[in-house]
Amino acid sequence: MASSHEDIQKHVKTYYIVFGALAVLTVVTVGVAYLDLTIWPALILALFIALIKGSLVACYFMHLISEKKVILWMLVVTVVFLLCMFAIFIGAYHGQEGVHIVS
Amino acid sequence: MVDIPYTSKVRPDTGVYNAKIGVWLFLASEVMLFGGLFSAYIFLRIGAPEWPGMIQGTMYTSAADVLNVPIGMFNTFVLIASSVTMVMSWAKLMMKDFKGFRVQMSLTILLSFVFLVVKAFEYGDKFAHGYLPAESTFLAIYFTMTGLHALHVIGGIIVNGYLLGPGSKMWKTNPEQFTNRIEIAGLYWHFVDLVWIFLFPTIYLL
Repeated sequence: MASSHEDIQKHVKTYYIVFGALAVLTVVTVGVAYLDLTIWPALILALFIALIKGSLVACYFMHLISEKKVILWMLVVTVVFLLCMFAIFIGAYHGQEGVHIVS
Repeated sequence: MVDIPYTSKVRPDTGVYNAKIGVWLFLASEVMLFGGLFSAYIFLRIGAPEWPGMIQGTMYTSAADVLNVPIGMFNTFVLIASSVTMVMSWAKLMMKDFKGFRVQMSLTILLSFVFLVVKAFEYGDKFAHGYLPAESTFLAIYFTMTGLHALHVIGGIIVNGYLLGPGSKMWKTNPEQFTNRIEIAGLYWHFVDLVWIFLFPTIYLL
Protein backbone atom coordinates (compact mmCIF):
# COMPACT_ATOMS: atom_id res chain seq x y z
CA MET A 1 0.00 0.00 0.00
CA ALA A 2 1.18 3.49 -0.78
CA SER A 3 2.61 5.48 2.07
CA SER A 4 4.38 8.55 0.73
CA HIS A 5 2.57 11.86 0.46
CA GLU A 6 2.87 11.82 -3.34
CA ASP A 7 1.49 8.29 -3.61
CA ILE A 8 -1.52 9.26 -1.52
CA GLN A 9 -2.11 12.31 -3.75
CA LYS A 10 -2.26 9.94 -6.73
CA HIS A 11 -4.73 7.76 -4.82
CA VAL A 12 -6.94 10.77 -4.12
CA LYS A 13 -7.11 11.54 -7.85
CA THR A 14 -8.11 7.91 -8.49
CA TYR A 15 -10.85 8.11 -5.83
CA TYR A 16 -12.49 11.05 -7.61
CA ILE A 17 -12.25 9.31 -11.00
CA VAL A 18 -13.90 6.20 -9.50
CA PHE A 19 -16.60 8.39 -7.95
CA GLY A 20 -17.35 9.84 -11.40
CA ALA A 21 -17.47 6.36 -12.95
CA LEU A 22 -19.84 5.10 -10.22
CA ALA A 23 -22.15 8.09 -10.71
CA VAL A 24 -22.27 7.55 -14.49
CA LEU A 25 -22.89 3.81 -14.07
CA THR A 26 -25.75 4.53 -11.64
CA VAL A 27 -27.42 6.68 -14.31
CA VAL A 28 -26.80 3.89 -16.87
CA THR A 29 -28.40 1.32 -14.49
CA VAL A 30 -31.57 3.40 -14.23
CA GLY A 31 -31.54 4.16 -17.98
CA VAL A 32 -31.32 0.45 -18.83
CA ALA A 33 -34.30 -0.25 -16.58
CA TYR A 34 -36.46 2.00 -18.78
CA LEU A 35 -35.60 -0.01 -21.93
CA ASP A 36 -38.43 -2.43 -21.07
CA LEU A 37 -36.30 -5.54 -21.56
CA THR A 38 -37.70 -8.93 -20.56
CA ILE A 39 -36.65 -10.23 -17.15
CA TRP A 40 -33.56 -12.31 -18.01
CA PRO A 41 -31.72 -9.76 -20.24
CA ALA A 42 -32.69 -7.02 -17.77
CA LEU A 43 -31.43 -9.10 -14.82
CA ILE A 44 -28.15 -10.01 -16.52
CA LEU A 45 -27.50 -6.42 -17.63
CA ALA A 46 -28.38 -4.93 -14.22
CA LEU A 47 -26.17 -7.43 -12.39
CA PHE A 48 -23.34 -6.90 -14.90
CA ILE A 49 -23.35 -3.13 -14.27
CA ALA A 50 -23.65 -3.72 -10.51
CA LEU A 51 -20.67 -6.10 -10.74
CA ILE A 52 -18.56 -3.42 -12.46
CA LYS A 53 -19.57 -0.85 -9.84
CA GLY A 54 -18.92 -3.31 -7.00
CA SER A 55 -15.51 -4.18 -8.45
CA LEU A 56 -14.57 -0.48 -8.61
CA VAL A 57 -15.53 -0.01 -4.94
CA ALA A 58 -13.70 -3.18 -3.86
CA CYS A 59 -10.56 -2.58 -5.95
CA TYR A 60 -10.03 1.12 -5.29
CA PHE A 61 -11.92 2.19 -2.14
CA MET A 62 -11.21 -1.10 -0.31
CA HIS A 63 -7.69 -1.23 -1.84
CA LEU A 64 -8.06 -4.82 -3.05
CA ILE A 65 -6.01 -3.93 -6.13
CA SER A 66 -2.90 -3.62 -3.95
CA GLU A 67 -3.91 -5.93 -1.08
CA LYS A 68 -1.87 -8.81 0.33
CA LYS A 69 -2.45 -12.38 -0.85
CA VAL A 70 -3.89 -13.54 2.48
CA ILE A 71 -6.87 -11.16 2.08
CA LEU A 72 -7.40 -12.15 -1.57
CA TRP A 73 -7.39 -15.86 -0.65
CA MET A 74 -9.91 -15.20 2.12
CA LEU A 75 -12.16 -13.62 -0.51
CA VAL A 76 -11.73 -16.57 -2.87
CA VAL A 77 -12.81 -18.93 -0.05
CA THR A 78 -15.78 -16.64 0.69
CA VAL A 79 -16.91 -16.75 -2.95
CA VAL A 80 -16.57 -20.57 -2.97
CA PHE A 81 -18.74 -20.80 0.18
CA LEU A 82 -21.27 -18.40 -1.35
CA LEU A 83 -21.49 -20.48 -4.54
CA CYS A 84 -21.89 -23.67 -2.46
CA MET A 85 -24.77 -22.03 -0.59
CA PHE A 86 -26.40 -21.01 -3.88
CA ALA A 87 -25.94 -24.59 -5.18
CA ILE A 88 -27.63 -26.03 -2.07
CA PHE A 89 -30.57 -23.63 -2.47
CA ILE A 90 -30.93 -24.38 -6.20
CA GLY A 91 -30.85 -28.13 -5.44
CA ALA A 92 -33.49 -27.74 -2.72
CA TYR A 93 -35.66 -25.57 -4.99
CA HIS A 94 -35.66 -28.08 -7.85
CA GLY A 95 -36.00 -31.00 -5.45
CA GLN A 96 -39.40 -29.91 -4.13
CA GLU A 97 -41.39 -32.25 -6.41
CA GLY A 98 -45.10 -32.18 -5.92
CA VAL A 99 -45.06 -28.81 -4.19
CA HIS A 100 -47.25 -26.29 -5.95
CA ILE A 101 -46.29 -22.67 -5.49
CA VAL A 102 -49.37 -20.54 -5.22
CA SER A 103 -49.59 -16.76 -5.17
CA MET B 1 -1.29 -5.83 31.05
CA VAL B 2 -0.32 -7.55 27.79
CA ASP B 3 -0.79 -5.44 24.68
CA ILE B 4 -2.77 -6.86 21.76
CA PRO B 5 -0.13 -7.77 19.17
CA TYR B 6 0.11 -6.33 15.65
CA THR B 7 -2.43 -3.53 16.00
CA SER B 8 -0.27 -1.09 14.05
CA LYS B 9 2.70 -3.08 12.76
CA VAL B 10 2.12 -5.80 10.17
CA ARG B 11 2.26 -9.42 11.27
CA PRO B 12 5.23 -11.03 9.46
CA ASP B 13 3.44 -14.23 8.37
CA THR B 14 0.29 -12.59 6.98
CA GLY B 15 1.80 -9.29 5.84
CA VAL B 16 -1.12 -7.28 7.30
CA TYR B 17 -2.07 -6.04 10.78
CA ASN B 18 -4.43 -8.29 12.75
CA ALA B 19 -7.49 -6.03 12.78
CA LYS B 20 -7.60 -6.00 9.00
CA ILE B 21 -7.81 -9.82 8.91
CA GLY B 22 -10.54 -9.63 11.55
CA VAL B 23 -12.65 -7.14 9.61
CA TRP B 24 -12.27 -9.06 6.34
CA LEU B 25 -13.42 -12.24 8.14
CA PHE B 26 -16.41 -10.32 9.49
CA LEU B 27 -17.17 -9.05 5.98
CA ALA B 28 -16.96 -12.65 4.70
CA SER B 29 -19.73 -13.57 7.16
CA GLU B 30 -21.71 -10.56 5.96
CA VAL B 31 -21.38 -11.77 2.35
CA MET B 32 -23.05 -15.03 3.43
CA LEU B 33 -25.81 -13.15 5.30
CA PHE B 34 -26.73 -10.89 2.39
CA GLY B 35 -26.04 -13.72 -0.10
CA GLY B 36 -28.71 -15.79 1.66
CA LEU B 37 -31.18 -12.94 1.46
CA PHE B 38 -30.43 -12.31 -2.22
CA SER B 39 -31.08 -16.04 -2.84
CA ALA B 40 -34.38 -15.75 -0.98
CA TYR B 41 -35.30 -12.77 -3.16
CA ILE B 42 -34.47 -14.62 -6.40
CA PHE B 43 -36.45 -17.75 -5.44
CA LEU B 44 -39.45 -15.75 -4.25
CA ARG B 45 -39.33 -13.80 -7.47
CA ILE B 46 -39.05 -16.72 -9.91
CA GLY B 47 -41.68 -18.62 -7.94
CA ALA B 48 -44.21 -15.80 -8.10
CA PRO B 49 -46.71 -15.71 -10.99
CA GLU B 50 -46.58 -11.88 -10.97
CA TRP B 51 -43.97 -9.56 -9.48
CA PRO B 52 -44.51 -7.47 -7.36
CA GLY B 53 -48.07 -8.82 -7.73
CA MET B 54 -51.22 -7.78 -5.88
CA ILE B 55 -50.81 -5.11 -3.20
CA GLN B 56 -53.83 -3.48 -1.51
CA GLY B 57 -56.10 -4.55 -4.36
CA THR B 58 -53.84 -3.19 -7.12
CA MET B 59 -51.97 -5.48 -9.49
CA TYR B 60 -48.38 -4.36 -10.10
CA THR B 61 -46.15 -5.81 -12.82
CA SER B 62 -43.09 -3.64 -12.17
CA ALA B 63 -41.25 -2.85 -8.93
CA ALA B 64 -40.65 0.68 -10.26
CA ASP B 65 -44.44 1.25 -9.99
CA VAL B 66 -44.41 0.43 -6.26
CA LEU B 67 -41.10 1.99 -5.22
CA ASN B 68 -39.77 5.48 -5.87
CA VAL B 69 -36.88 5.03 -8.33
CA PRO B 70 -35.62 8.68 -8.32
CA ILE B 71 -35.40 8.58 -4.51
CA GLY B 72 -33.57 5.24 -4.63
CA MET B 73 -31.21 6.69 -7.23
CA PHE B 74 -30.63 9.77 -5.08
CA ASN B 75 -29.75 7.55 -2.12
CA THR B 76 -27.34 5.61 -4.33
CA PHE B 77 -25.49 8.86 -5.11
CA VAL B 78 -25.51 9.76 -1.40
CA LEU B 79 -23.98 6.42 -0.40
CA ILE B 80 -21.35 6.53 -3.17
CA ALA B 81 -20.41 10.08 -2.10
CA SER B 82 -20.12 8.90 1.52
CA SER B 83 -17.77 6.14 0.39
CA VAL B 84 -15.53 8.77 -1.23
CA THR B 85 -15.49 10.95 1.89
CA MET B 86 -14.77 7.85 4.00
CA VAL B 87 -11.73 6.86 1.95
CA MET B 88 -10.68 10.53 1.88
CA SER B 89 -10.74 10.66 5.70
CA TRP B 90 -8.19 7.81 5.68
CA ALA B 91 -6.12 9.54 2.95
CA LYS B 92 -6.06 12.75 5.04
CA LEU B 93 -4.65 10.85 8.01
CA MET B 94 -2.03 9.26 5.76
CA MET B 95 -1.05 12.84 4.80
CA LYS B 96 -0.93 13.75 8.55
CA ASP B 97 -3.83 16.18 8.07
CA PHE B 98 -6.00 15.60 11.14
CA LYS B 99 -8.22 18.63 10.47
CA GLY B 100 -8.90 17.33 6.95
CA PHE B 101 -9.77 13.94 8.46
CA ARG B 102 -12.35 15.53 10.75
CA VAL B 103 -13.98 17.36 7.84
CA GLN B 104 -14.17 14.23 5.66
CA MET B 105 -15.41 12.01 8.50
CA SER B 106 -18.06 14.59 9.46
CA LEU B 107 -19.23 14.62 5.83
CA THR B 108 -19.41 10.81 5.85
CA ILE B 109 -21.62 10.82 8.94
CA LEU B 110 -23.76 13.64 7.53
CA LEU B 111 -24.30 11.72 4.27
CA SER B 112 -25.16 8.59 6.29
CA PHE B 113 -27.88 10.54 8.08
CA VAL B 114 -29.15 11.92 4.75
CA PHE B 115 -29.46 8.32 3.50
CA LEU B 116 -31.40 7.28 6.62
CA VAL B 117 -33.72 10.30 6.57
CA VAL B 118 -34.57 9.70 2.90
CA LYS B 119 -35.16 6.02 3.69
CA ALA B 120 -37.39 6.98 6.63
CA PHE B 121 -39.51 9.18 4.33
CA GLU B 122 -39.72 6.31 1.85
CA TYR B 123 -40.83 3.89 4.56
CA GLY B 124 -43.25 6.47 5.99
CA ASP B 125 -44.89 6.91 2.60
CA LYS B 126 -45.31 3.14 2.23
CA PHE B 127 -46.75 2.78 5.74
CA ALA B 128 -49.15 5.70 5.16
CA HIS B 129 -50.61 3.84 2.19
CA GLY B 130 -50.88 0.60 4.16
CA TYR B 131 -48.01 -1.00 2.26
CA LEU B 132 -46.75 -3.07 5.18
CA PRO B 133 -44.41 -6.10 5.11
CA ALA B 134 -47.32 -8.48 5.75
CA GLU B 135 -49.20 -7.15 2.68
CA SER B 136 -47.22 -9.01 0.03
CA THR B 137 -44.14 -11.17 -0.57
CA PHE B 138 -42.53 -8.30 -2.48
CA LEU B 139 -42.98 -5.85 0.39
CA ALA B 140 -41.79 -8.46 2.90
CA ILE B 141 -38.48 -9.02 1.10
CA TYR B 142 -38.15 -5.28 0.33
CA PHE B 143 -38.48 -4.28 3.99
CA THR B 144 -36.30 -7.19 5.18
CA MET B 145 -33.40 -6.42 2.85
CA THR B 146 -33.48 -2.63 2.95
CA GLY B 147 -34.21 -2.72 6.72
CA LEU B 148 -31.18 -4.92 7.38
CA HIS B 149 -29.10 -2.63 5.18
CA ALA B 150 -30.35 0.42 7.10
CA LEU B 151 -29.33 -1.28 10.37
CA HIS B 152 -25.84 -1.62 8.91
CA VAL B 153 -25.86 2.10 8.08
CA ILE B 154 -26.82 2.85 11.72
CA GLY B 155 -23.95 0.58 12.86
CA GLY B 156 -21.57 2.51 10.61
CA ILE B 157 -22.75 5.85 12.04
CA ILE B 158 -22.09 4.60 15.60
CA VAL B 159 -18.56 3.39 14.75
CA ASN B 160 -17.67 6.46 12.66
CA GLY B 161 -19.18 8.76 15.30
CA TYR B 162 -16.99 7.17 17.96
CA LEU B 163 -13.89 7.50 15.74
CA LEU B 164 -14.68 11.16 15.05
CA GLY B 165 -15.40 11.91 18.73
CA PRO B 166 -13.84 10.19 21.75
CA GLY B 167 -11.94 7.63 19.67
CA SER B 168 -9.97 10.34 17.88
CA LYS B 169 -7.86 10.97 21.01
CA MET B 170 -5.75 8.04 19.85
CA TRP B 171 -4.34 10.24 17.05
CA LYS B 172 -2.15 11.95 19.69
CA THR B 173 -0.92 8.77 21.38
CA ASN B 174 -0.78 6.23 18.55
CA PRO B 175 -1.42 7.81 15.13
CA GLU B 176 -0.48 4.67 13.19
CA GLN B 177 -3.05 2.50 15.00
CA PHE B 178 -5.68 5.24 14.68
CA THR B 179 -5.08 5.42 10.91
CA ASN B 180 -5.50 1.64 10.73
CA ARG B 181 -8.78 1.92 12.64
CA ILE B 182 -10.06 4.42 10.09
CA GLU B 183 -8.98 2.13 7.27
CA ILE B 184 -10.89 -0.88 8.64
CA ALA B 185 -13.94 1.22 9.55
CA GLY B 186 -13.76 2.30 5.90
CA LEU B 187 -13.68 -1.33 4.73
CA TYR B 188 -16.96 -1.91 6.58
CA TRP B 189 -18.48 1.28 5.21
CA HIS B 190 -17.53 0.46 1.60
CA PHE B 191 -19.11 -2.97 2.09
CA VAL B 192 -22.38 -1.28 3.14
CA ASP B 193 -22.14 0.81 -0.05
CA LEU B 194 -21.40 -2.32 -2.08
CA VAL B 195 -24.51 -4.10 -0.77
CA TRP B 196 -26.65 -1.11 -1.78
CA ILE B 197 -25.08 -1.15 -5.27
CA PHE B 198 -26.60 -4.63 -5.73
CA LEU B 199 -29.80 -3.97 -3.73
CA PHE B 200 -30.89 -0.91 -5.69
CA PRO B 201 -31.15 -2.45 -9.21
CA THR B 202 -32.46 -5.83 -8.06
CA ILE B 203 -35.23 -4.52 -5.80
CA TYR B 204 -36.12 -1.15 -7.36
CA LEU B 205 -35.59 -1.72 -11.06
CA LEU B 206 -36.23 -5.37 -11.98
